[in-house]
Amino acid sequence: MSYDIAIIGAGVVGSLIARKMSKYDIKIALVEKCNDVAMGTSKANSAIVHAGFDAMPGSLKAELNVRGTKLMGYLCDELSVPFKNIGSLVIAFSEEEMETLQELYDRGMENNVPGMKIIGQDRLHELEPNVSKRALGALWAKTASIVCPYELTLAAAEVAVLNGVDLYRNFAVNDIAFENEIFTIKAKNGKEIEAKYVINAAGIYSDYIASLIGDNSIEIVARKGEYLLMDKSLGGVVNHVIFQCPTKMGKGVLVTPTVDGNILTGPSAKDIEGKDDITTTTDELDMVRKYTSYSIPNVKLNAVITSFAGLRAHSTKGDFIIEPSKVNPHFINVAGIESPGLSAAPAIAEYVQDIMLDVCGRLPKKVKWHRTRPEPVRFRELSTVERRELIENDPAFGQIVCRCETVTEGEIIAACHGPIPAVDMDGVKRRTRAGMGRCQSGFCGPKVAEIIARERGKDLLEVTKFGDNSNIVVGKTK
Amino acid sequence: MLKYDLVVVGGGPAGMAAALKAKECGVEKILICERDETLGGILEQCIHTGFGLHYFGEELSGPEYAARFIEQVEKTDIDVKVNTMVLDITTNNVVIAINKQDGLMEISATAIVLAMGCRERPRGAISIPGTRPAGVMTAGTAQRFANIDGYLPGKEVVILGSGDIGLIMARRMTLEGAKVKAVCELMPYSGGLTRNIVQCLDDFDIPLKLSHTVTEIRGKDRVEGVTISKVDGNLKPIPGTEEYIPCDTLMLSVGLLPENELSRSVGIRLDKVTGGAVVDQYRETNHEGIFACGNVLHVHDLVDFVTQEAQTAGEGAANYILGKKEYADYRIHTKGINGVRYVVPQRISMDGSEEPVKLYFRVGQVFTNATVKVTRNGNVIYAKKKRKLAPGEMENIVIKPEDLQDFSEGDYLFIEVEG
Ligand SMILES: Cc1cc2nc3c(=O)[nH]c(=O)nc-3n(C[C@H](O)[C@H](O)[C@H](O)COP(=O)(O)OP(=O)(O)OC[C@H]3O[C@@H](n4cnc5c(N)ncnc54)[C@H](O)[C@@H]3O)c2cc1C
Ligand SMILES: Cc1cc2nc3c(=O)[nH]c(=O)nc-3n(C[C@H](O)[C@H](O)[C@H](O)COP(=O)(O)OP(=O)(O)OC[C@H]3O[C@@H](n4cnc5c(N)ncnc54)[C@H](O)[C@@H]3O)c2cc1C
Repeated sequence: MSYDIAIIGAGVVGSLIARKMSKYDIKIALVEKCNDVAMGTSKANSAIVHAGFDAMPGSLKAELNVRGTKLMGYLCDELSVPFKNIGSLVIAFSEEEMETLQELYDRGMENNVPGMKIIGQDRLHELEPNVSKRALGALWAKTASIVCPYELTLAAAEVAVLNGVDLYRNFAVNDIAFENEIFTIKAKNGKEIEAKYVINAAGIYSDYIASLIGDNSIEIVARKGEYLLMDKSLGGVVNHVIFQCPTKMGKGVLVTPTVDGNILTGPSAKDIEGKDDITTTTDELDMVRKYTSYSIPNVKLNAVITSFAGLRAHSTKGDFIIEPSKVNPHFINVAGIESPGLSAAPAIAEYVQDIMLDVCGRLPKKVKWHRTRPEPVRFRELSTVERRELIENDPAFGQIVCRCETVTEGEIIAACHGPIPAVDMDGVKRRTRAGMGRCQSGFCGPKVAEIIARERGKDLLEVTKFGDNSNIVVGKTK
Repeated sequence: MLKYDLVVVGGGPAGMAAALKAKECGVEKILICERDETLGGILEQCIHTGFGLHYFGEELSGPEYAARFIEQVEKTDIDVKVNTMVLDITTNNVVIAINKQDGLMEISATAIVLAMGCRERPRGAISIPGTRPAGVMTAGTAQRFANIDGYLPGKEVVILGSGDIGLIMARRMTLEGAKVKAVCELMPYSGGLTRNIVQCLDDFDIPLKLSHTVTEIRGKDRVEGVTISKVDGNLKPIPGTEEYIPCDTLMLSVGLLPENELSRSVGIRLDKVTGGAVVDQYRETNHEGIFACGNVLHVHDLVDFVTQEAQTAGEGAANYILGKKEYADYRIHTKGINGVRYVVPQRISMDGSEEPVKLYFRVGQVFTNATVKVTRNGNVIYAKKKRKLAPGEMENIVIKPEDLQDFSEGDYLFIEVEG
């Protein structure tokens, strides 16, 4: 197949670019090495829409963070992605740290961050009674929010697909040739596509993808962050995103509610060798525990339901790299998208759109463009009347499959037939939350696997957790 | 709105026995709501034998044990709704349930018996470091795949935790041709029944590694192996004792948690140790007219005791419904100390009853040749020598009515182990 544009990497960045560019009447491919979208860093991060006082004034990070955060609420509303504007608090434990707050505040002002305020001890404890009594004050940033990062990625990719973008999964790019103004992009599984332009949004691997056209200017080092996710019964222990003051030792760990009402703490920070080590370790998680109780002394750390790790794509240049490659101007690098990459993503998509209009010239717009996707049913959020109506129309919504998160069979079936069908257990989990609760799929796992097998016309033996060889069962009983 | 005298939430052995007892006591309109396809609860996937030795005096498989009760339920006019999940219970005893046929139902009940059973603790609850591949599952999930769906969950297996489900799955997997390489137990003793250790591990030469835990999971797509380490007296892994075991499956049998979301939502007081409701000897919770029994109240290792306890709850509910409940003048508390981890019931309603009170309890460590004592105000009112007491086996003692005279509000009955 030949395309006008091929986007490599279906993370939040690649997917939002795909959505933005799908407005134009051109042929676009979005290629992803995994079995689903949002399988990289976009599924394992702090899920915070940062206010924007962290990045250095004048940097691309600062500009796109503040702009992205401004766009995010509206975008999530449009795409029906869970989003909550809860505000953030950076807390200070010493006079020295109070000075750091002032620096952050000043930096925020330079970055044009609205809604910031330095507050004292009393106000802080009024806002967050569980924050350590030793805290002296905080920087309150009202624009900070929380979002569901994988749902945002999925929603963006779904809109792209609904507007005619071709999504290729299990397409691990390992070779790119350029001849007669056309890129031939080859995947490990032997498939190939052609495109006039390439957008490199491969996250942690964006340096590798650039190197495939001989562009060796980018170096990405992976820095791992580990997290603990706590049960919903802890919900309400904090109501804002709680940061610690950045020190020479690092940013400290944060404690935040998630959009689903759990509590997330982390991340640790460790440079790693290679790029696929997303293991969790006792040492790092212990550190997360230690720092967590520093901020919130009475948090019940035994309510952990799962732990996970994500990889920061740290560019040795220190800033986002979003520009046509020096080697080939038809190849656009979107690299080094580390935190606040999620917050900035809507603005990155705009920025890349401008670059594309620059390099391609004027592009024709589609006559009809779908701004959004059909809103997924979330049974647990419906009223009694709505639930009743739903079941009357389709009894599958009367069958609860995941009891921890109250997910119905109807929702799982819908996920298997959506614009980007879920094809594995984790895909169903990210789309419906089945298996994300406190029992972590202990109860619904077998049922979800059966439904996937049935809906996809496969045997249970072929159902995987997340593609490749991650099969759930290995044979039949005697 | 539907109206019932008694709604039983959960159709496992506890729910069925409670409903049957209430019927026998004369309650008219009874409904059992069960979210699974059939009655029977966890028993439906326990195809091994070992059920009913105490209650029926014979050794039955789980489904056989359940079948006896299902048959009895079918003979009565107890209404049963399967594939029906109870979503909520309101403070005025309205049960909100849902299924495909009836949609969303509001059912008003005079009394409610909670019999939701328990669920297994997942990996996250014990935070095992490493990768997060396919092939890490609780023993109960593996059991469901094998016994209900007919699929083999793995070929080379390490089991963490020596609870009964883990032990039983070790045998089951071996019989299916899988290799069970080790069962690791964090504690210096097994949490399972002795008979299961003998019949499920020893008979198949499966090593039981006490004071060991899994310290790392390896593998990208599917589990490729686990590292196990010995732990010290504080249960911390000892560096240098690591051993790598290649395997494709890690099964977790690291404990069960009573399923009390519904109880919590009605504001029922829970016991921090059992994870179940605080109840009196009739298994009535602090919310009048709501009773609890079976694994939702405290985790049982033998179904026979579940049945007994459920009958107590069923009778209590019947008395409440039929207006025969004697209101207590005051209540006293029971409390486990010195080696006794918990006691159920946690309180005794002093209503002038002439019945003895049976106290169930578990110890927190292994004791040999020890004495179980019950004291009030420093006086021993009960003492019995026990050859062995283990955390894996639930014990019970019976307190005679004459020993329950002349207490006053808020007094304590202490249960302890000496020796
Ligand atoms: C620990 C941590 C915490 C963070 N917290 C926040 C936060 O709170 N707020 C915030 O704004 N940002 C945060 N970030 C940053 C944010 O998560 C990232 O900036 C963002 O997710 C990057 O998205 P992406 O699409 O560039 O990368 P990814 O999501 O990694 O997407 C890249 C995609 O490319 C695919 N790919 C790779 N190689 C190939 C190939 N050869 N062929 C085909 N496809 C390929 C990958 O599979 C992947 O799906 C955090 C990051 C980390 C690691
Ligand atoms: C794997 C395993 C092996 C065992 N081996 C033995 C043995 O060898 N011998 C022995 O004597 N005992 C054994 N036991 C112990 C014994 O079987 C259990 O203790 C007993 O089944 C518990 O009964 P229950 O009714 O409390 O719970 P369950 O059997 O778990 O039943 C609870 C029921 O409630 C339903 N439910 C829960 N929530 C809702 C809701 N909201 N709405 C509707 N329905 C709901 C559930 O679907 C379930 O069917 C074993 C237990 C297990 C788990």
